[in-house]
Parts: sequence; structure tokens; C-alpha cells
Amino acid sequence: MISIKNLHANVEEKEILKGLDLDIKPGEVHAIMGPNGAGKSTLGNVLAGREGYEVTQGSATLNGKDILALEPEERAREGLFLAFQYPVEIPGVSNLEFLKASVDAVREHQGKEALDSVQFLKLAREKCKAVNLDASFLKRGVNEGFSGGEKKRNELMQMMLLEPQLCILDETDSGLDIDALQVVAEGVNAMRSAERSFIVVTHYQRLLDYIVPDYVHVLANGKIVKSGGKELALELEEKGYGWLENSDNGAE
Amino acid sequence: MAESFKENQLELASSSQSLPLLSALNAQGLTAFSAAAVPDRKTEAWKYTSLTHLTATTYAPAPQAALNGQLQQAASIDGLNAARLVFVNGFLNTELSDALALEQVTLFSQADAAQQTLISEKLGTVVAQASGSSHLFNDLNNACTRDGVLVHVGKNQQLQQPLQISWLTSSGDSAFAVNSRLLLVLETGAAATLVEQYDSDDAAQVSFTNALTEIVIGDNARLQHYRLQLMQEEALHIGSTHVDLARDSQYRAFHLALGSRLTRNDVVINHNTGGSHSELNGVYIPQNQQLVDFHTCIEHKVPHCTSDEVFRGIMNDKAKAVFNGRIHIHPQAQKTLAELSNKNLLLTNSAEINTKPELEIYADDVKCAHGATVAQLEEKGLFYLQSRGISKKEAEVMMSFGFINELLDALPDEAITLLLRPVLARRFGRDQSLARHLLDETLAGEPA
Repeated sequence: MISIKNLHANVEEKEILKGLDLDIKPGEVHAIMGPNGAGKSTLGNVLAGREGYEVTQGSATLNGKDILALEPEERAREGLFLAFQYPVEIPGVSNLEFLKASVDAVREHQGKEALDSVQFLKLAREKCKAVNLDASFLKRGVNEGFSGGEKKRNELMQMMLLEPQLCILDETDSGLDIDALQVVAEGVNAMRSAERSFIVVTHYQRLLDYIVPDYVHVLANGKIVKSGGKELALELEEKGYGWLENSDNGAE
Repeated sequence: MAESFKENQLELASSSQSLPLLSALNAQGLTAFSAAAVPDRKTEAWKYTSLTHLTATTYAPAPQAALNGQLQQAASIDGLNAARLVFVNGFLNTELSDALALEQVTLFSQADAAQQTLISEKLGTVVAQASGSSHLFNDLNNACTRDGVLVHVGKNQQLQQPLQISWLTSSGDSAFAVNSRLLLVLETGAAATLVEQYDSDDAAQVSFTNALTEIVIGDNARLQHYRLQLMQEEALHIGSTHVDLARDSQYRAFHLALGSRLTRNDVVINHNTGGSHSELNGVYIPQNQQLVDFHTCIEHKVPHCTSDEVFRGIMNDKAKAVFNGRIHIHPQAQKTLAELSNKNLLLTNSAEINTKPELEIYADDVKCAHGATVAQLEEKGLFYLQSRGISKKEAEVMMSFGFINELLDALPDEAITLLLRPVLARRFGRDQSLARHLLDETLAGEPA
């Protein structure tokens, strides 16, 4: 699915990712945990193609295609989806028109049949219901005045509409109360399939009680310093990250 | 050039007979215009607005023009259910005008004795109050007005349907000038919706419209006003709107400047008696070589009045805009609440905006907030849309439209929102495919 090799990336001239390797097969869920400032959010932004995140070395291929050479919209059309930690409010741009534009662009690229407006409306209302968001949110500005939980559910709804191959959830649990967390986790779990992969970036183990990963990686100081199964998350919860950061320094 | 322009205009002003009713106004206008200098860059109120394009041309009197499909199209607003009055090159077109509108309004030239008295009492007095905000084009209009429209809504009367006045220009053989004049008087407790629309039928047409609208709103009366300037890009447009507000009255307005090579709009609102409220919103979107200049002035002369003003502008290509928002709070105008916001978006490096909130506050117990910003499209918003597969170009179109869409959505008459939506969407998405999601009526019509 996605293969990331020796990825180095700078933000404002400062090196944040320092040789990250990650290989994810179809259907797998990989959790990436780590202390603040380790580069967790940078990974998502680099893969999605955000301006200001400069790749200096290494590669990332999605189904064999070099995605680092693509524009952000091309990456999305290839099946990459970043659920933002802080979804952006865009007042005046209708959520519904935004969603339709997005779905049209992705489906067109993937050679899927275009949805007419009536079909799309029906689908959008269904997905709204699935993430427990009132249909009135479709008519509002994109994320405009949404609460933290509503924003995350809007992200999830977009993910459901776009049916991406690789979903990157960037601290999706931040700012969510337990009920909202469950709704989001259920939505994600419902989307798990043999073809779709997930990168779940989180600071806390809590989310992984609900979205159970196949693998857990610890990202510290710009690279993966430890990988394991889901039990690694529990160990981290207990011991914190300090012991790993130290071991990394020792290994170098 | 300025002198030959004045000579040309003076000649036009003297070329026809005045109505006895208007002769004093015409004479006074002529005197004032003769004495006034054409503003140049040293004139503060015209510092950023060059009149070279306007004054370099010699204008003929407005020609009579036949109707054509484009004019008919321009004058129709679907779903507004308006009583419609249509002028072409300043001449009333009875064919396109509705019988109801013809009943509701009176041309100055056809006024009865009582209406003549009203016209003599009010005409020219609203604009004359604006000592600092009036300019020679108002004098020129006073000099040139040979007829005009009186709308008089009696005590406690309501116009059941919006009154739409379409001021259209249609091509002549050479450049021509049109002076149009409207006097609207709402008596105590009256209410009305007025849609003033300016449009033209030919992109190459060189017409100079000099429009002056005076509005007198009586005690407890209410006006919803739309002033939509949608002219073709070579037209020249100078427009002034002067409003008098009496006790507990309300003026709510939306001013749009979209067309014309040169637009100068002055809006002056006089809070003359306590308890009055004004809401002045506006949008300007110049593109290519267009220049649009809004000068607004809110005069708070008495205590306990409120005003709220929001203008947004988007400048594309090499276009240029000027926004000068003046709030003048006189010494006795205690307990005034006044707000002004002006946000601007520059879409290119060659576009230009000069914005200046101008506050003059002489009372100490007032609340006055103002802000002006100039920005480009936000990178994080663009990235968000792109990260969902939307091309950068379409993301730019959607966000540009979004910048003014909030004001469009807030309009109380949905027919106007629906009229303007596609016009503005196409303004940004010049390539139809980029505007297609904004033009999707199924999505736009989805109830909230």
C-alpha cells in the first residue's frame, strides 16, 4: 500500500523527520505514537503535501506511485486522505458544495461514475446520519462554528464519501469527549476492510482501545524507534516515552 | 482635459429647456458646477481615483434607444415579483415597465400640484446637507436633471411588492452621458423595498451615467434598498445615494459594484433624529482594468442612533479599489453605537486596494468599532480543499466566492441572492468548470 523509506523533512529549515521508514500493507492499521514534538503531525502533512513541509531525502510510494512528486489534490485523488487534527474553518464556502466538488474530483480521477446532485445529496445525508451529524451541517460553511467534535465527525464523513485507500488520522482523538470518540471510532472501524489501510497518529493509548491497531510504532526525534503489536501501546501508557527516547540516543 | 470636459458638460446642461419645477435647481447646479474644479490627485477625496478616463471623452446627449433582447433580459429578476420601472438611456420605457410601478411612481414632469410641492420641498435638500461629502458630479446632476422619478409612500403605507427601477444604457453611435435622478419619500410608518439596478447591453459602449438618489425616511419608516451596479466593463458610473433618517426609522442597504471601467459610489447616511438605525453592506469586485471607489459617510448628528456597516472587496487582475468609510459622530450624538468593517482580498500581485476607515468622534459616551483588513487567500484553507482532491484553481474560486457569500446569504430577499449568486460565481470561475459547484442549483436550493 504505502512504502516510506528514509524520509527526511524540514519545516522552516529545521529538520523534523530524520529518516523515517514505514511499510503498510493493504488492510493494516498502524498506530504511530510518540511524545510531543516527535514529528507525528509532520508525517501526515508531508504525506498530504502541505506547503512548507520540505522533503530533503527519501521516498514515499502509494501503490508503487511516487506521491511526493504530486500536488496535494493529486494525492487525494490517488486515494490518500488526511483527517486533520485541526480541521480548517472556511466561512462562506458551503459544506455541501465543498463535499460535492471533492467527491466529483476524486471519482472522476478514479474513473468512477459521476454522481448527479440528487444522488449526491441522498448519499451525503446518509453519511451525515452515520456520523451522528444533523443534516443542517451540510448547509453551513465548511467547519464554520462547528464544535471540536463536530469538526472531527465532518472529517469522518468526508472520509466515508471519498472512500480513500490510505487514511491518516492525525490526533483525531484530541478535543473529543468519550461519546464523540466512540462515534468516530465506530465510523473508522466500519470503514476497515481488506483493501483499506490506516495510519492512526495519537499521543494517547485511549483511542487505540476503540480502534485496535495491528502494529504500533513509536516516533521519537524524527524516526521510528520501536515497533510492536498492540500491546506496545499499553506498555507506553504505563512507562511513558522517556525510556525509548533515551534508548534511541544510546543506539546512535 | 478637465476644462474641455467641463465645457462639454456645461454645453449638455444648457442644451435643453428646464421644467419650471426644476429651473431653480438646474440654475443652482449650473452655477456650482461652473465654479467647481474637476478633482485631481491633489483632491483628498479623489486621491486614488483618476478621472482621466472619464474626462478624456466628449459626450453627446443620451440617444433614444430601441429595446433589444439583452436589455429585456437585464431588466428581469426571476422570483422577485417586483413592480418594475425601466429606463433606457434615461428615458422611461413604458413597454417594459409594469402598470403597478407606473401607478406607484410619478415622473417630475407629470407631478400634480401636491407632488410638485413635495418635490420643491425635498429635492436637492438631502444631498445639500452633505457639505463635506457632496461633489461636483452632484452639482452636475442638479444642473442636468430635466426629469426624474418621485416615489412617495404615504403615511403607514407599505409597498406590497418590491419596487425595481432598472436604469439601463444602450449603445449609441458615440459616447453619451445620462443623468438620472430619484427622490424617494417614505412618510411616517411607511415601508418599502427598493431595488435599483444599473446595467448596460454592450461591452464596447462608452456611456457615462451620473446617478443621484435622495431618500427621505420618515418617523418609524423602513426601507430595504438594493443598489446593484452590473454594467459592462467600458461604461463609466458615478453614483450618489443620500439618505435622511428620522426618529426610529431604519435604512438597510446592500450596494454592489461589479461593472464599469470607473465606478465612484458615494453613500451618505444622515442620522438626523434619535432612535434611527442604519445597516449598510456592500461588495465590490473589480477585475481586469476596472477601478471602483466607495466613499461612505455615516453622519451621527443626534443621540441614540446605531449604524452597522460591512463592506467586502475582491480585487483581481490589475484592478484597483478604494474604500473610504467615514463615521462622523457630532458632539451632541451621545450613546451612539457605530460599527464599520471593511475586508479586502487581493487575488493578484498587481491588484490594488486603498482602504481607510475615517473616524471623527466629538462625543465622549459612544461605542465605535472599526476595522479594515487586506489579505490574500489563506494557505491553510486552500490546502484543506486541495487535500480533498479539489484543484487549486477551483479551491481559489470557491474561497473567493465564500469571502462575499456571507453577505449574499444574509440578504433578506432570496430572489436577489439567487440573481447574484451565478453572476458572482462566474466572476471568479471564468472557466465554467471551475464554477460548476457554485452554480449547482440543486445544492444551492437545498433547504437549511
